Amino acid sequence: MTAEVLNTPVMSQPGAPPHPLSQFWSDFKANFGAVAGLVVIVVLVLLALLADIVAPHSPILTNNTVFLKPPFWQQGGSIAYPLGTDAIGRDILSRLIHGARLSLLIGIAVVSLSVVTGTILGLVAGFFRGVIEIAIMRLMDITLTLPSLLLAIVIVAILGPGLMNAMLAVAIVLLPHYVRIARAAVISEVSKDYVTAAKVAGAGRLRLMFKEVLPNCAAPLIVQATLGISTAILDAAALGFLGLGAQPPLPEWGTMLADAREFVLRAWWVVTLPGLAILVTVLAFNLLGDGLRDALDPKLKR
Amino acid sequence: MLRFIFTRLSLVVPTFIGITLLVFVLIRLIPGDPIETMAGERGIDPVRHEQLRKEYGFDQPVLVQYGLYLSRLVHGDLGRSIVTHEPVISEFGTLFPATIELSVCAILFALCLGLPAGIIAAVRRNSIFDHGVMGISLTGYSMPIFWWGLLLILLFSVQLGWTPVSGRIAVQYFIEPVTGFLLVDALLAGDFGAFRSALSHLVLPMIVLGTVPLAVIARMTRSAMLEVLGEDYIRTARAKGLPHWRVIAIHALRNALIPVVTVIGLQVGVLFTGAILTETIFSWPGVGKWLIEGINRRDYPVLQGGTLLIGAIVMIVNLLVDVAYGLINPRIRHTR
Repeated sequence: MTAEVLNTPVMSQPGAPPHPLSQFWSDFKANFGAVAGLVVIVVLVLLALLADIVAPHSPILTNNTVFLKPPFWQQGGSIAYPLGTDAIGRDILSRLIHGARLSLLIGIAVVSLSVVTGTILGLVAGFFRGVIEIAIMRLMDITLTLPSLLLAIVIVAILGPGLMNAMLAVAIVLLPHYVRIARAAVISEVSKDYVTAAKVAGAGRLRLMFKEVLPNCAAPLIVQATLGISTAILDAAALGFLGLGAQPPLPEWGTMLADAREFVLRAWWVVTLPGLAILVTVLAFNLLGDGLRDALDPKLKR
Repeated sequence: MLRFIFTRLSLVVPTFIGITLLVFVLIRLIPGDPIETMAGERGIDPVRHEQLRKEYGFDQPVLVQYGLYLSRLVHGDLGRSIVTHEPVISEFGTLFPATIELSVCAILFALCLGLPAGIIAAVRRNSIFDHGVMGISLTGYSMPIFWWGLLLILLFSVQLGWTPVSGRIAVQYFIEPVTGFLLVDALLAGDFGAFRSALSHLVLPMIVLGTVPLAVIARMTRSAMLEVLGEDYIRTARAKGLPHWRVIAIHALRNALIPVVTVIGLQVGVLFTGAILTETIFSWPGVGKWLIEGINRRDYPVLQGGTLLIGAIVMIVNLLVDVAYGLINPRIRHTR
């Protein structure tokens, strides 16, 4: 199935077909939402990389002369703290910028871990079949049966709260999706002629798995990985909010929200801004993922 | 049909045993001696410690312990909470109706808005309405619902003062629990003040919990409708001269609903994830909040029993959805 997905746009045009990548890019460009998502992500990445230069204040140092200062456009606010300060006098804008660094790191690290492990497990299940496949897939079914956040919470409860453990928990929760995709793709690929040809030519199992089959299973994995980043950021923030993820004073957005809860009545900005940051980031990755899927899967076009 | 049900059942049993094994192993992995954890900071003298170890079977090999755990399980014994000393299963039983009440209302809310929105978006494809619905539903799908809850509290409870901030009902009302669902119990008791109070407590959590399912249902309905509207029989129905609404509401919708029903069934797990967060924000006395409190108090029997029960419930609901799907769609039944 995957090979068709990748090859159809090329084969459907007689004469000199455009390179698959340029075809992909022209499809992707036509999708306004996807481009918007990409732009937001690029900006976020730049902010995260340049956080130390861009952020006007330290994200952790407290200043006890400026508690709960409102944003600059409200009375009592000042341009020195453009988005106001939190309950112990830290600049919200600086914390949000450094939080972007954390959230992107969480998203990328969690998904990388999950995709790599999941793909290997899926390849193994798809290639070896039999008992190994049953064992792997049963385990994944069980993981999928438990509500994702509940499973993550149980894992964090065992490992202890903290950013690293929360990331590990979310990676485990996301794992079954990649295993399933990789296995399904492998099973549909191995019976194809090019795999048989490689086998006849004497390619070993590992070469077959990683050099022949894997590149042809890449499209659905890439799409799922992009959408997975948004899930990872959201789940990690939820764990942070429940006090099980990143611990204060780390400027993680979910943790910031947990700190801000008690000030709902007095200071709207400490509550609204971190959540808005989460929403915008997650939305951007979802838009990008949808756009990638549409551009990579010609069946959904038209 | 019977064969279909049996095939599905035979898949469920190993999954359930797997869940018990997973929960058993996970709780075993928690570092530290369970008896000392139970005793807390006061400590425990060695004689009593040994006695308790025997009593709980911790001196047995792990496999025997798992067997003991399973046998207690089939007798409905999920252990006792370390904090309240109540049986886990009875605590779960008293709190679960609150979670169901909230979840059912949330799903109804999502259906009432999501279905029409999806249908209209599909019928008026590429209109402003369509783009609006899709944009809003993608936003809803990306929403960190714990923040969404705080925003609604900020607006409706703090600024406007329309709804209460937390809990299920105002303190002055006491309703004898009959069904455990406050809305139903209040009506049964004929107490409309209590009913209104319960309803006003329910509105915000319902919206918060319903947001993600709403987005999913709207998107799913739209794409299912679009697919069906392209079918030949729709063209035939139109060619026969049937009124526009009749083609949409009767011919198209019926077939489009099949995938939507499945998606709703599969939302149970998502709904529970949401319930944990929603109940925590609104102090809603359900099982989600109970589990979070269990973790904060290191009440491992609660965590273990609660996780197992929820896993079992999700599994059963998925099974029922599967069977119902086989009932409404004979094609599925025969392909397996």
